[in-house]
Amino acid sequence: MSVLKIKEISKIFAGPVRAVDNFSLDVADGELVCLLGPSGSGKSTLLRMVGGFETPTSGVMTIDGEDITHVPPEKRPTGMVFQSHALWTHMNVFKNLAFGLKLRKVAPDEIKRRVDGVLDLVGLNGYGTRHVAQLSGGQQQRVALARSLVLEPKILLLDEPFASLDQHLRERLREEVRDIQQRLKITTLFVTHGQDEALSMADRIVVMRDGKTEQIDRPDIVYREPQTPFVAGFIGTMNLIEGTVSNGIFSKAGYSTPLPVSDGPAILAVRPEALDLSVVTENSQGKVHRVTDYGSHGLVDLELLDSTRIKAMVSHPDLFRAGQGVTLAPRAIAAYRGNAVIHRA
Amino acid sequence: MNTLVHRRADWTGIIMAVVLTLVIVLPLIVVGTWAFANVWRYPSVIPQEFGLRFWYQTLARADVWTSIGTSLTLSLTVTALSAAICLPAAYAFARMEFPGRNILFFSFLAGHAFPKFGLLVAIAGIFLQLNLIGTFWGVVLIQLVGTLLFMIWIPVAAFQSVDRRMEEAARDVGAGPFRVFWSITLPQAGPTIAAAVLLSFVGTFYETEGAWLIGAPQVRTLPVLMISFINNQPVIQYGAVLSVLLWVPSFIALMFARRVVNSGSFARGFGG
Repeated sequence: MSVLKIKEISKIFAGPVRAVDNFSLDVADGELVCLLGPSGSGKSTLLRMVGGFETPTSGVMTIDGEDITHVPPEKRPTGMVFQSHALWTHMNVFKNLAFGLKLRKVAPDEIKRRVDGVLDLVGLNGYGTRHVAQLSGGQQQRVALARSLVLEPKILLLDEPFASLDQHLRERLREEVRDIQQRLKITTLFVTHGQDEALSMADRIVVMRDGKTEQIDRPDIVYREPQTPFVAGFIGTMNLIEGTVSNGIFSKAGYSTPLPVSDGPAILAVRPEALDLSVVTENSQGKVHRVTDYGSHGLVDLELLDSTRIKAMVSHPDLFRAGQGVTLAPRAIAAYRGNAVIHRA
Repeated sequence: MNTLVHRRADWTGIIMAVVLTLVIVLPLIVVGTWAFANVWRYPSVIPQEFGLRFWYQTLARADVWTSIGTSLTLSLTVTALSAAICLPAAYAFARMEFPGRNILFFSFLAGHAFPKFGLLVAIAGIFLQLNLIGTFWGVVLIQLVGTLLFMIWIPVAAFQSVDRRMEEAARDVGAGPFRVFWSITLPQAGPTIAAAVLLSFVGTFYETEGAWLIGAPQVRTLPVLMISFINNQPVIQYGAVLSVLLWVPSFIALMFARRVVNSGSFARGFGG
């Protein structure tokens, strides 16, 4: 039953750059929120501030109403899982898990019971006597998760925990972590630069850029209704075509489509899966550059007349050949001017 | 062509091995032979009579036993003091930012950058005024200076190579800064620091110039005694027996160091 509130937090390391800039976020009880952004977006710095490893330049953080802004990490009710797992290599698995409990003066048989319990939870029953170096990457990360969970933290912090694992393992672990998180109903803040991870695990996604929030929404909304061109380009694949609108017509290098907004510059956003192509012999709007067959679908790279590259997903890639002329028919579009959505259809 | 090149490379290796053997191993063999020679007169290549006569004679001397005791106490005291002073300092150098950090760090090199004897004479002048000449603690102080470089630089590298995330993870589960140092940082840096401690112990055990200049004749370490034997005694065997005796601690140290070196952490301590 824990709620994390972050209020107007800023972090300045040196010079004028704000690593985190006036950031606010409420994480509800039992919710898993993903901080998603490119490297340097301030997501890790923010997580480290919640964990107590960085001190905010300004702002306040509370857990269940209690101000933790200046509480040292060892006194915070948070548990962090690090990217590099950061297991203590001079201890075996059991000692890694028992360390925090010992510091809390838990009785030895109770320590044993809780360590066994958490090893069971992460699927590493009987691994207590193993040394850290004897474990695989996935097992090490499971132990790191167990080390945090065994202390029953109010807030679980995950700092790109799967970044060093291979794709297959990453997918399996994120399902496991999501299961455990939902079973324990533990409030979780998760940092990642992988959109797949964010989309598949999060209750809500915070897209960050330059220390600021670009959008906070449910994963499906972030994907379907990105609020800014940055979010549109960062989540999934998105064709962003910069052109101009005049008399309700958007045009860019021979391609034009109705867009009922005022005259001026605009960015047209179309997902590859929402763009239909037709092969034509004359009056083409673009030219096929390359066709890639992924089996389940195909991806057509094409060029507008001024060499702007865009992508379209097609169900029958064998219908297209490099060099062919095509016309474009988007089924769903969004348009941005500056950082704001001006149209969605 | 290839075989030619290979043959030439082999010859270089063989010549180097032979030269190294002549320069390093031969004197050791000669000294070792002298220690067990009862009679060895020119022009014989091997001693006329082997035996332990000079061992009995050397070990029967009270000053030999006194100096063995002095050397061990000195080396242990210096190493312990050095660890107590240098390890916290090394941690500070490795983990904290403070004004003059780099200058201070390189200042430990200064003691080794100039001819040592000149420095020692200058220090001896100061010690004379402080009545430290000829005292145990005077020798401790002078030998302490010699250990600073190893005992700061190697542990600094050791502390720096400890993953900060491991320390943070320990903070995260509830350990205070001191507990983190004791339970995480020190064990992680342990093997490399052990190597530094070993080096400083052996270095102190064999240190001669400082011990001689500050300590003699009241405080006589084993190497100082050996030098005086060699200088003052017409019998070579006394010096030879003491030399062989002096190999013992370095042999033990080497055996121990091998374990540390094999684990790779020793090289890591040097930034390798």
